[in-house]
Amino acid sequence: MENLVYIALFAPFVSSMFAALFGMSPKQTYVGIIASMLLFVSFASSVTLAFTIYTTGTPIHVTMMEWISAGDLTIPFGFLVDQISVTMMTVVTLVSTVVHIYSIGYMDHDKSFNRFFSYLSAFVFSMMILVMSDNFAGLFIGWEGVGVCSWLLIGFWYHKADKTREENPSISPSWAANEAFIVNRIADLGMLVGLFILYWNVGSLQYDVVFAELPNLSGSVLNAAAIALFIGAMGKSAQFPLHTWLTDAMEGPTPVSALIHAATMVTAGVFLVIRANPLFGMEEVAGVSFFIASLGTFVAFYAASMALVERDLKRIIAYSTLSQLGYMFAAAGLGAYWIALFHLAAHAFFKALLFLGGGNVMHAMHDELDIFKMGGLKKVMRGTWLYMGIASIALAGLPIFAGFYSKDAIIETAFNEGTYLLWFMLVLTAGMTAFYSFRQIFLSFHGEERYKAFGFHPHEMYKFVLVAMSPLAALAISAGWFMDDFKEFVYKGIPEYEMSHHTHHIAWLLGLLVVVVALSGIILAYYKYARTGAKAFKRDEKVEESFIYKLLKNQYYVPKFYEEFLTKPYAMISEKLWTTVDMKIVDASVDGIAKFLYKTGDSSRKMQTGNLSHYLNWMAVGSVALLLVAAISAMLG
Amino acid sequence: MIGLSHYLIVSALIFSIGLVGVLRRRNLLMLFFATEVMLNAVNIAFAAISHYYNDLTGQMFAFFIIAIAASEVAVGLGLLILLYKKYGSLDLDDLANMKG
Repeated sequence: MENLVYIALFAPFVSSMFAALFGMSPKQTYVGIIASMLLFVSFASSVTLAFTIYTTGTPIHVTMMEWISAGDLTIPFGFLVDQISVTMMTVVTLVSTVVHIYSIGYMDHDKSFNRFFSYLSAFVFSMMILVMSDNFAGLFIGWEGVGVCSWLLIGFWYHKADKTREENPSISPSWAANEAFIVNRIADLGMLVGLFILYWNVGSLQYDVVFAELPNLSGSVLNAAAIALFIGAMGKSAQFPLHTWLTDAMEGPTPVSALIHAATMVTAGVFLVIRANPLFGMEEVAGVSFFIASLGTFVAFYAASMALVERDLKRIIAYSTLSQLGYMFAAAGLGAYWIALFHLAAHAFFKALLFLGGGNVMHAMHDELDIFKMGGLKKVMRGTWLYMGIASIALAGLPIFAGFYSKDAIIETAFNEGTYLLWFMLVLTAGMTAFYSFRQIFLSFHGEERYKAFGFHPHEMYKFVLVAMSPLAALAISAGWFMDDFKEFVYKGIPEYEMSHHTHHIAWLLGLLVVVVALSGIILAYYKYARTGAKAFKRDEKVEESFIYKLLKNQYYVPKFYEEFLTKPYAMISEKLWTTVDMKIVDASVDGIAKFLYKTGDSSRKMQTGNLSHYLNWMAVGSVALLLVAAISAMLG
Repeated sequence: MIGLSHYLIVSALIFSIGLVGVLRRRNLLMLFFATEVMLNAVNIAFAAISHYYNDLTGQMFAFFIIAIAASEVAVGLGLLILLYKKYGSLDLDDLANMKG
């Protein structure tokens, strides 16, 4: 079993190193194929591990080697494969295998094809370290690793300049990459503080040691640690107010958006809360947990509202990711960790599918993302239409599809906890989710063929790409059917959470309500966007001029606020410090030392006459001086 | 009665003469002589102090210095002859060709 753990972990690493060998050379298709095969090996090992743990029920704990050992601090390179991490491992490796195969088709014409695979596999390796580590230090290393890979991949087309399209302000990939990295650094500081608090009070970073010690810690320490750790989770999972980077991260290649900014990396924050459930589940930190649930609900609603008016295909999906992450946090904050984990897995499948479908559309439309310029694509892209339809139904949460089971369970949890405001917001958000996801489907695949006016000639993606996406489609439909098995499986590693008898009794009513709300959203979207001919969708000037539309369109002016009140003052202060402190104090003193040395050297050059006799004289002077110094110091004591 | 201090004074005087020679002379051969004078001044001091303390180590050192000085002169004079053949002079003012 131990070998399987190592294979699952290091196959992506080998893949990354292999692809890196060809990083500078022109496209070699076999690099992508070998990388995908290695990822599949990792996936197969993860599934085998999952099956083993399912049958035996005992986690596998291996320690590869001593890593850091200094004084009292010992951090081993240890890996823990239990119910939580094996779920994450399976999800991560499955989605990354599909995305690797997809990228062979998507990055076909890119001249940095090999480099792309190197980065992508490096990301998977970091993610595996993040989920598999048996201590917080390893988790943090993986956490930073995925951050770096995310930076590399968002800025993959670093040479692209700013290109502002009509009503679709685009930013350059390198700017977006830097934004993502910097925002995450801010949050990571919080996370680091949390780790320090835990280490200071417990003296170890091993999960089992820390969690065993928790009941002996004071309430304030627990609260401080929980808040600090959650700040880290907020950054990685793009929760308000650190959410702006996620939509801008869509500047990266679409496979990256699917893998990193939808299915895996952004769920790391949720994973952290689930992993640290002994901490977040304590009585003393109930306030923090409730805050997590409230913030999650708020973000779910907030992101969904911005998606309602967005015109950029990828940004709509990005908002839906934000919104679904909010759902996960709501569940985790309310104590239903297994439901959060289940929604995480189900969401990874249908959201990756949705993004990859979006990539197909983007590929077909020559990188045009404005859904107002699409329409009627169903005729030319049947496969993609089918996949995106499945994914959107799953996202909207219609029965028998994956999203229905997981999202409905979260909404039920909110009802069960008696937090009716959260419940109401979540139900409302479910309706909005259905509306905006089908708005996007109808605008791009149905209705009038608006793209013809712009001279596009859309074409379907390669066959093998569509085939590679099929596992995700199958799971987007069926993942929910295994909810009870999953529950039974993770209950051995996660605190149990069951609905109360009362809630259980009216669960069908609650479910029905959500379905009705979602259906009405879809029907509304259909009437507004899908029809052709005289009733075809037309842009309404009056709505677009209205205050609410503009507010949503400008993302509640939050990016503008950051720009005006954080970025610009910071730049101003930096400029000031540069011209005064740096130039006039720091640089001046360094230059002064250099100038002094130059001057003394210049003046003492005159000693260098080339005449041996003069040198001997100087030598005598030196000897006398040394003698004097020795004599004086001897006299002084 | 001639004591240790007399010897040391003589030694210091001879050393100073040698030092002044090193500092003032321009001819390389003369510089060599001056260093020999300084070495022998030190020898006197060694021998005198060795006798004063009844310890033979100092005299042993003096012998070593004489031996090394002899070999040094052998090598040094050879070099001086080569220099003279090359430049036709042993005056340091004429030999200064490494001005900084």
